Amino acid sequence: MALVSGAVLFVITAFVLREAWPALSEVGASRFLRDRAWHPTEGSFGLSPMLVGSLASSLGALLIAVPVGIAIALACHFQASERTALRCQRLLGICGGIPSVVYGYWGLTTLVPLVAENHPPGTSLLVSSLVLALMIMPTVALTSRAALARVPSAHVHGGHALGLSRDAVALRIALPGARSGVLSGIVLALARALGETMAVLMVSGNIVQVPGSVFDPVRTLAANIALEMAYAMGGHRAALYASGVVLIIIVCGLMLVAQCLTRGHHE
Amino acid sequence: MNEGTPSHGRDHSPVLRALTVVAGLALLPYAWMLGQLVIGGVQQLSWSFLTEAPRHSGRAGGILPIIVSTLAILGVTLAAVVPVGLATGVVLCELSRRHAALGRAIGSSLDVLAGVPSIVFGLFGNAFFCVTLGLGFSLYAGGLTLACMALPLFVRTVDTGLRQVPEDWRRGAVALGMSRTAVFTRLLLPAAAPAVGLGVVLSTGRALAETAALVFTSGYVDRMPDSLHDSGRALSVHIYDLTMNVAGAERNACATALVLITLIGFINGLTHWLGNRLLARGIKA
Amino acid sequence: MTHFTRKTFLAALGALTLAIGAPSHAADQKLVLTGASTVAPLAAEIGKRFEGLHPGVKVDVQSGGSSRGVNDARQGLAHIGLVSRDLNPDEGDLTAWRLALDGVGLIVNKSNPVQNLNRDQVIAIYTGQIRNWKDVGGPDLPITVVNKAEGRSTLELFLHFYKLQNSQVKAHVIAGENEQDIKTVSANRGAIGYVSIGTAEFEVSQGVPIKLVANQGIPATVENVRNGRYPLMRTLNLVTKGTPSPLAKQFIEFAQSSGVQDLVKEQYFVSANTSR
Repeated sequence: MALVSGAVLFVITAFVLREAWPALSEVGASRFLRDRAWHPTEGSFGLSPMLVGSLASSLGALLIAVPVGIAIALACHFQASERTALRCQRLLGICGGIPSVVYGYWGLTTLVPLVAENHPPGTSLLVSSLVLALMIMPTVALTSRAALARVPSAHVHGGHALGLSRDAVALRIALPGARSGVLSGIVLALARALGETMAVLMVSGNIVQVPGSVFDPVRTLAANIALEMAYAMGGHRAALYASGVVLIIIVCGLMLVAQCLTRGHHE
Repeated sequence: MNEGTPSHGRDHSPVLRALTVVAGLALLPYAWMLGQLVIGGVQQLSWSFLTEAPRHSGRAGGILPIIVSTLAILGVTLAAVVPVGLATGVVLCELSRRHAALGRAIGSSLDVLAGVPSIVFGLFGNAFFCVTLGLGFSLYAGGLTLACMALPLFVRTVDTGLRQVPEDWRRGAVALGMSRTAVFTRLLLPAAAPAVGLGVVLSTGRALAETAALVFTSGYVDRMPDSLHDSGRALSVHIYDLTMNVAGAERNACATALVLITLIGFINGLTHWLGNRLLARGIKA
Repeated sequence: MTHFTRKTFLAALGALTLAIGAPSHAADQKLVLTGASTVAPLAAEIGKRFEGLHPGVKVDVQSGGSSRGVNDARQGLAHIGLVSRDLNPDEGDLTAWRLALDGVGLIVNKSNPVQNLNRDQVIAIYTGQIRNWKDVGGPDLPITVVNKAEGRSTLELFLHFYKLQNSQVKAHVIAGENEQDIKTVSANRGAIGYVSIGTAEFEVSQGVPIKLVANQGIPATVENVRNGRYPLMRTLNLVTKGTPSPLAKQFIEFAQSSGVQDLVKEQYFVSANTSR
């Protein structure tokens, strides 16, 4: 049964590659990186601005979600009463399940106008990262909390016995001890952010460009596929699948990096 | 359990206090969002909303068929993810203790799966489940596609949970002469129960939140499904349609979102309860 | 104890799955329609009414875009395709049946005093030559240009009407669906976009802060679409390949009849039915 999991990845990758093949063979992989603009119906296939868009919004989201998520995990585990912690956990569990459409819609109707007042058009890298952060933070918080809970109580009690303050126990014993679980959660969150489609579609502005500032609109690779796939035919379709391949490669790369980071910290 | 809790009385934990403040502030946007949903949609919530079918493209009427479709899809997803995910998680954990490289390879491939955009899953699900396997637009196709998406999440959670089973327990079990199966059913499974619980919660969250993948697999039809072979609209797809495609349906969209959130809360609660019951039977630390 | 509970739970789940897993009754006739998301809500409502008149028939409507509608009709994956534009010359193997008419109008934020834009002004705005509203009689405010995503029929219609290439358009925001466009324009005082006139009129009546701008002096109203004065129009079509099946033919006739024109109006489209 476990082989099924490996098989699933293989099948999906094979599918995407097969669909992308016409684009890759006719247009050539390097053009996807070298072309300036993205106008697939006019023969222009530059993916790099969107690559930047994807990476920028996801990393921006991590920048916000990770510290906050870990803060929540620590606060819930060490500071809060058991009832509050449970309530917090429930709330986060629910927030993690709210459809991306709702986050996107809220972003579009609440955050975008706020930003648009001072920095039109409002749909921007900033709002995109904020919305993504909102979406992935529950995952980071919940997995970090679970990781903290698994730190052997012997270690924590030992720390107290040695006279360490609660802050020190939390930050210097528990958190490092939970490192692999926390990193695991971060990796999952990053993957989700990169693959997120609907919410980003609504708030990022969808302009294919390398953003000059956080207030500039961007388009991510995932949103691009969603935006254009329904209406794409033939070569355009294949080009979109090719962008899917690129996304998968990036995720692979990031996962490898994360693996290297966690490897040193397994028991 | 909370470690290092208040038994120390008023001791200074400035960092933890600061973190708590940050945590509180961080929850504000969610509260804001939920608040707006409530304001927008609570008036629409009524018994008839939950028990009628949609009318006027969803601007009027209720969402009963959609709730049913969503639950059916979720059922298929969990029925697929839990066995496969649990098996994979266990195998992964055992493997990484003996054949580290293979274990890592499977782990990595699952992580990559987690990063594939949901729309690609939708297209894949369409091509594979709907066309190749001949399921057509159906709740089956939707559920199975979501299972593929939730799998990495579930496996990772189970794997991480299993890794924490102390070596001493295993050695103890072996010393006691427990068979491999017994070790599995009486030690590993109960120990993994909370992780499985978390896995189910996260997977359910992922599944219910998914929109793009479902549009291409379980489809758009808002009629009450007769069987799992029928096409059915999920709550998330309905919300998408009402906000992005149909003019003047915002109230119902908010109300639908509230129903979805309540559903998630209910399922999460159920999972915790079941998990606790299973754990009570297992070995206590 | 818990083992028992768990086993019974799983068994019950399994039984339930099997019970509802049985395929649907073969005697039901099914009609599958796929295509443009603009047309899908209307098609679904017509489908429901049709089902009410013909028990045992199921009309399944899926979205996926106009191109999907064309493809699926061609490959036989759908009985009828939904297309939110006229058929292209290379789609001559398909037959189009008019469902409704729709106009495409320019919208700006309600606070914007500009009432009319002529052809050159629109082209200049959309190609980035005019960047501030004061150059067209409005306030001193930078223009935020909202365009539609590639492949959308509205985009193609717009480009065709103004004889532009998409690469010439310098937009600040690209929207996917109509509603997204409307939300963006209503959020932004300097924004301009283009959407279905019917939808825009409805939103205005609901108090959404947008307004329709006249096109070359002709006000963008559903009335003007109906009487043909408004220049930027499109047809919403049902398409089939070859001769439609009897059931499909029945459906098409029903969809074009006066029996559904109230549904057409409800979706803020204009009836293509000339008797109305």
